[in-house]
Amino acid sequence: METAVEQIPLENFLFVSAILFSLGVYGVLSRRNAVQILMSVELMLNAVAVNFVAFAVYTDGELFRGMIFGIFVIIIAAAEVGLALGIILRVFRNRPGTAGNVDEVAELKW
Amino acid sequence: MTVAEVVFYLLALLSVIAAVGVVTVPNVVHAALFLILSLLGVAGFYILLSSEFLALVQVLIYGGAVATIILFGLMLTGGRDLPAVGPGAQWPLALLVSGALVVLLLTAVLNTTWPRDAGEMTLISINTLGSVLFREWLLPFELASLVLLVALIGAVVISSQEERES
Repeated sequence: METAVEQIPLENFLFVSAILFSLGVYGVLSRRNAVQILMSVELMLNAVAVNFVAFAVYTDGELFRGMIFGIFVIIIAAAEVGLALGIILRVFRNRPGTAGNVDEVAELKW
Repeated sequence: MTVAEVVFYLLALLSVIAAVGVVTVPNVVHAALFLILSLLGVAGFYILLSSEFLALVQVLIYGGAVATIILFGLMLTGGRDLPAVGPGAQWPLALLVSGALVVLLLTAVLNTTWPRDAGEMTLISINTLGSVLFREWLLPFELASLVLLVALIGAVVISSQEERES
């Protein structure tokens, strides 16, 4: 019984990861809603984590360092999303008409 | 085509289409739901890579916590009633940049020779992962705990109700 890893070449995972990462880049650059930018960042972090884990499984079978890094990526993503939403809530409360639109909160002080 | 390949392509289709939804739909709540779908697809990748622990963590943290936080944030900011904020004026440029990036990455992946056979594929059990995490990676692990604590306190402090001094 072959495992799935033996049937799927490493490139497939790298392909999907590259596409997900580029979609995240597109989202960060084109979206104007702060929460949607945050979600695009999450997409990019996920793509990176997939890359780490794929490399760990395919090329580092004994130490699987990439898998540990995948765990840390998820930890940092959780911390980041909590903080970023706190900031977005704060901006929303202080600047009510902006509707989370980052173009309207471009100044650093108000 | 083996079963694993079929599953892989289905998961890839699911996560990529959902990711396209995240970055294109104007409604933020729909985008958040698409994000959950995409993250669950990635959890499926982890299972295919025989990393069950990461798949579990992915579903728990992303599918559970992060998605809930985002939806809560949207509700607290009245996300449903907000006018949908469309893409900014720079979206063609963004499309160009991300298109160039994906072409670059895909050609890089194609032009590199990756190890064909995975060699001794040892399945990494949760037991091994746990003992390695708490032995060799103890310091980064504790630092990550500290980061989470700081983020927790920071989020509470930033979003607390205190009035801004005027």
